[in-house]
Amino acid sequence: MNTQPRLAPNHPIGDEVRRTTCYMCACRCGINVHMKSGEVAYIEGNRDHPINKGVLCAKGASGIMQINAPSRLRAPLKRVGPRGSGAFEEITWDEALDLAVSWLKPLRETAPEKLAFFTGRDQSQSFTGWWAQAFGTPNYAAHGGFCSVNMAAGGIYTIGGAFWEFGQPDWDRTKLFILFGVAEDHDSNPIKIGLGKLKARGVRVVGVNPIRTGYNAVADDWLGITPGTDGLLILSLIHCLFQAGKIDLDYLAQFTNAPLLVVEDGPEAGMILKNAESQPFVIDRTTGQPAPWDAKSVQPDLGAVYQGNRTVFQHMAQRYLAPEYAPEAVADRCGIPAPRIRALAADLARIAFDEAIEIAQPWTDFRGNSHDKMIGRPVSFHAMRGISAHSNGFQTARALHLLQIILGSVETPGGYRLKPPYPKPIEAHPTPHFTAAAGKPLAGPHLGYVRHPEQLALKPDGSPARIDKAFTWDAPFSAHGLMHMLIPNAHAGDPYRIDTLFLYMANMAWNSSMNSGEVIKMLTDKGADGDYVIPRIIYSDAYASEMVAYADLILPDTTYMERYDCISLLDRPISEPDAAGDSIRWPVVEPDRDVRPFQSVLLDLGARLGLAPMVKEDGKPKFKDYADYIQNHIRRPGVGPLIGWRGADGSQTGRGDANPNQLDRYIENGGFFQAHVPAEGAFYKPWNMAYQDWAVQTSLFESPQPYLFSIYSEPMRRFQAAAEGIGPHQPPDHLRETLKRAMDPLPIWYSPYAENDFTIHALTQRPMDMYHSWGSQNAWLRQIRGRNFLYIPTKIWEAHGFKDGDYARVTSPTGEIVVPAAHMAALNEHTVWTWNAIGKRKGAWALDDDAPESTTGFLLNHLISELLPDIGDGIRRSNSDPVTGQAAWFDLRVKIENAGPHVAASPAFAPISRAVPRGKTRKAPPRKVSQ
Amino acid sequence: MTSLPTHTEKKLGLAIDLDTCVGCQACVTACKGWNDQGYGAPLSDQDPYGAAPSGAFLNRVHSYEITPPEGAAVIVNFPRSCLHCDDAPCVPVCPTGASYKRMEDGIVLVNEDACIGCGLCAWACPYGAREMDADVGVMKKCTLCVDRIYNDHLPEEDRVPACVRTCPTGARHFGDFADPDSHVSKLTAARGGYDLMPDLGTRPTNKYLPQRRKDSPDMSAPLAPLLDIQATGFAGWLDKVLGKI
Amino acid sequence: MHPAPSVIIFTVLAGIGFGLLAFLGAGYPAPVGWPAFFHWGLGYSLAVGGLLASTFHLGNPQRFLRAFTQWRSSWLSREAISSVACLLALAPVALSDWLGLGWPRALGLIGAALALLTIFCTAMIYAQLKTIPRWNHWTTPALFMAFAGAGGAILAGQSAAGAVMSALLVALLLTAFRIGDGAFAARAQTLGTATGLGTIGPVQGAVRVFEQPHTSPNYLMREMIYLVARKHIRPLRSIALICAGIGPAVLLTILPPVAWAFATIAAVHLIGAFAARWLFFAQAEHVVGLYYGQR
Repeated sequence: MNTQPRLAPNHPIGDEVRRTTCYMCACRCGINVHMKSGEVAYIEGNRDHPINKGVLCAKGASGIMQINAPSRLRAPLKRVGPRGSGAFEEITWDEALDLAVSWLKPLRETAPEKLAFFTGRDQSQSFTGWWAQAFGTPNYAAHGGFCSVNMAAGGIYTIGGAFWEFGQPDWDRTKLFILFGVAEDHDSNPIKIGLGKLKARGVRVVGVNPIRTGYNAVADDWLGITPGTDGLLILSLIHCLFQAGKIDLDYLAQFTNAPLLVVEDGPEAGMILKNAESQPFVIDRTTGQPAPWDAKSVQPDLGAVYQGNRTVFQHMAQRYLAPEYAPEAVADRCGIPAPRIRALAADLARIAFDEAIEIAQPWTDFRGNSHDKMIGRPVSFHAMRGISAHSNGFQTARALHLLQIILGSVETPGGYRLKPPYPKPIEAHPTPHFTAAAGKPLAGPHLGYVRHPEQLALKPDGSPARIDKAFTWDAPFSAHGLMHMLIPNAHAGDPYRIDTLFLYMANMAWNSSMNSGEVIKMLTDKGADGDYVIPRIIYSDAYASEMVAYADLILPDTTYMERYDCISLLDRPISEPDAAGDSIRWPVVEPDRDVRPFQSVLLDLGARLGLAPMVKEDGKPKFKDYADYIQNHIRRPGVGPLIGWRGADGSQTGRGDANPNQLDRYIENGGFFQAHVPAEGAFYKPWNMAYQDWAVQTSLFESPQPYLFSIYSEPMRRFQAAAEGIGPHQPPDHLRETLKRAMDPLPIWYSPYAENDFTIHALTQRPMDMYHSWGSQNAWLRQIRGRNFLYIPTKIWEAHGFKDGDYARVTSPTGEIVVPAAHMAALNEHTVWTWNAIGKRKGAWALDDDAPESTTGFLLNHLISELLPDIGDGIRRSNSDPVTGQAAWFDLRVKIENAGPHVAASPAFAPISRAVPRGKTRKAPPRKVSQ
Repeated sequence: MTSLPTHTEKKLGLAIDLDTCVGCQACVTACKGWNDQGYGAPLSDQDPYGAAPSGAFLNRVHSYEITPPEGAAVIVNFPRSCLHCDDAPCVPVCPTGASYKRMEDGIVLVNEDACIGCGLCAWACPYGAREMDADVGVMKKCTLCVDRIYNDHLPEEDRVPACVRTCPTGARHFGDFADPDSHVSKLTAARGGYDLMPDLGTRPTNKYLPQRRKDSPDMSAPLAPLLDIQATGFAGWLDKVLGKI
Repeated sequence: MHPAPSVIIFTVLAGIGFGLLAFLGAGYPAPVGWPAFFHWGLGYSLAVGGLLASTFHLGNPQRFLRAFTQWRSSWLSREAISSVACLLALAPVALSDWLGLGWPRALGLIGAALALLTIFCTAMIYAQLKTIPRWNHWTTPALFMAFAGAGGAILAGQSAAGAVMSALLVALLLTAFRIGDGAFAARAQTLGTATGLGTIGPVQGAVRVFEQPHTSPNYLMREMIYLVARKHIRPLRSIALICAGIGPAVLLTILPPVAWAFATIAAVHLIGAFAARWLFFAQAEHVVGLYYGQR
């Protein structure tokens, strides 16, 4: 006998679905927010959205716990006790803004550089940068310098694009995918969707990573490489391919600077040989004579020698055929057996050349030559922070692009595809602007791509123009600034003293700084006069992070569901290889606290300061709020923050006047817009006229910008030559040797490590279910990952007699931590690691003081210093890549001891006073559907 | 009634691909979010911001490490939720009839209005599929999103469990195992999908697709050098390689 | 398994209570008047008190009536019905004994059988669980019956029966300890077999937990995974054997059959019974622990 309850599971989910953009990490997926009785009830992925196509990660689906988190700041706060004491009083917004104006206005009128405005995980950099430019301070950047600038700049300087929002593998066509160390929050769902596609097709996935978790867990082959040696492995693969002649010569000849000639001798040695019109040229194979590089039907000769000057290709061959790159020579250093390297090279060659694919799509290149099909080399790569956060990361990123290029797989079917507005040649990027003048805006954008030593951000006396010393000889190509140097430099008054530090969404008093304890001291340090060394600190964040306690004025931001945002093609858009795309966030719920969206506050502040682009002629504010700006700001004629539905009637794409209903159109469309690349322009984009014309029409460029891939980097050679003593712009002597090596114009590998007896590599990884600090305030995510362990490989585990429950004492040249240890076999035998940013300071994030994040949770940051130990010349060099200044987090090496059982990790910091009360219960979901 | 049906028309369940799951936990929180506001009482959390937060989750993803006798160790991410067994041991033990297996589709459900919260079904389940909600004292378990899969208010393509809809890698497949031509049946056959603890006689509906072979690249055919560069010199190599154009 | 006090108190007290009721129903002894009131009262108090204690671990005890519906499949439901039936069947007998009404004792025999059935049902709640190998064995109902028999006999003042049952209990406890200690291993379930990892498919090898699914605790871990320190097991087992069985067997033989003696012996027995029952739960390992690498 069976009877069962009558169940009618057929009810509406909610009253309404509001489609906006996620902000639980940097991935920017589309979300459907299901509302019940005006409250958020459930969040799922938006199937129509180009980024996530309906799926959503663990963080995104937990957004409901974030927007209701007890850690949300509630009102503007003014510091009343000593800095760091956490003693604040609530003030009104008018008081807060008046106070900020009283600090900033005198700076603008006398010395705008005394404001340093740095934003962290900001997704409105084209706006915040514009604001800083209007203010006139050269001291603006976001967090890229301590994140992944090597990856971005290495790519831009080589192929005119990079990974993540710059490009992605051709997931639907590739037949072999190789993944190098990844930051999981970068392109998180797209990579997972892509991996899923590969797995469904049975495509082989190779993981190159010291740690076999996550994506590497599903990799068919895992190369557990020793950290910092990825470049060596890549160059060894290149060696094998060169040795066997398995390189795409036609691709190299047509689309790269491999056939250009390199000046052999003289003062111009190493530069690309130019003709009388100062243009580079090639030798045509059919005539044996010089020919313009972009001439129709030219057949560039890769093997030419012209007046004693050899081609780039010959320089490449000579370097990479050298026995030092043979697999047998690199195997031990990389921790990968030589036969595995040779097997991988053979796979790459076989699939790229023997399993090449063709798409019957005619296209025309920039030389005017017609092609009847598109040939693809279906091997693809992706890389991110794992190779980037080393002091050789720039060269390693370049090496990886070189590998893709010699296989002919960049921008070809089955290979690596760039996403509009990329590809974009280096010449199409701005150079840095940095000259501050009292009461004046900056002449142009702060950040850019330096091509020549004369473009460095140096004052006439040779001293750095920027507080972070970006674009100096210390870090010539620091395209994202050096946020990790900001506080140490400001504290040291080197290169000069600043007055106000203005930070947005950057947890510099904790997990976003190297050496957090020292940074905390710098923030609270007082000079002989009894004033703080960094006189004023303004901070904006939505949550009670560790940084809040160290600010003098808090401007509380909204959560991502309570605001407008603009993910713009002027900044870091959501394009796909087949479409330019941008998107918005919009307030799906109203704030229940006295908080304001930061961007609207900046506009208000700008108007109160009288910054020209933010006020009308009558001095009244030009923009009501950020939404008004998004819709009505005109960056250059016809071009604004969003490309969709432009023109008064919304009929135009890319270019057109402001549309008063633009945001409504975005909201109707699910919060995003896409402009599709024509089929003829889908591949070979840097050289494909159909794409170039479309890009101009879509406002990505003002004119077509075809270019050759820079295998040989002339900008780098200029800096190398300067280091050799050539030219009027000369680096300081202590940097010469470093620059000679690091600025090699052809990709090279050098050890990122100092020789010392700290021999164990120590890394962090970002879990897929936490975004930096944010996850710990999330009632669901912190149950999944509320504590972290130091994972120790079998050999070290056994050698030190570790048992479950033991703690490890980990020491670096600059610090020591004692932390919970755990065993892991699927790990490079010289490497230990932990999850990033799980450790929390007591009192922050509305957590209990006994929360595991604050007791056993820990950071590796305490082991890392922004300056390396003195090597004997009295100079402490920056712990960063000498080319870009990228923070070399992953260069960390340590010693390990078994510390036995402990109850809590150390160092333990004293609790900070709470900016919000401790969280008690979490909000229950709304139950009632009003329908 | 807690007797098991002798036959169900369909056998709805999941095929979970262990060779594709990257352990991202997306299914865990999508499930939590959906079921917090869906079928039955919310999935409560105790001490959510305290020292030992603890809530009810219907799906948890384990992470295991396999060390083969030769070669590198492997990490496997292993989602675990109700398997909707044919011979579900959790059903007959229920004293109130709250726990039952549906005749039409084989879904194992708890009628929360009838549950006294004795916990015996959780004891009877070998797979840890059931968790008592500490707030309302009733047993919670995977419903296979019974309030999604037949829900006319959702577009047809969304009538799948929340975990399946959200899974970024597509490692979770939903379908009818009673139909040999269904996607999940074919996938299971093709990939050697297996039951968990078959010797307990529970006859699970959900299947796990094993990992594919790992770390066995073909090392038998390395690239042959074009020529002996040491002997011919670089120029010889250049001639040979460029002769190919 | 988590040794929840409510369940330990329930099974121990209800077991001994229904054991006593079985003796009383069968007429051993057959007191009359106030002694009958005391005896039956004790039996009913223990049985009902035990049953009440069991409701403390329910999430929704107010729905207890529903537990009487599923006798076809559920041992818990059968126990509920049987226990109530027993209490109802014996009520007239108890009344008759107390007030000396002299009603026929046939109902007493039925009640005694129902009391035994109740104890058996209780035991089968545990013994039926394949997920807990230590319990999933004939020794579980045998032990529960022996506890009820020994405890019931002591309270019923049946020295000879009590001594025999106590001796039997010692033998059963020793058997259950011995078999139980190997029960989990005998099923040959490991993390590898529970997950299919390392044995099914091309990746073969030793399996271990790398990371727990959640770093925070959960219901399953609290309920199913209980680690008993090895050093506590031997003393507790000794207490169980000596107090629950050996002591009563000896004392029943040497002490005079008077009320204070039985009360003393009952107290000693209860100490042993609680120790044994705590171990019964605490040492029981659920297969779900395999997934957590803990048992």
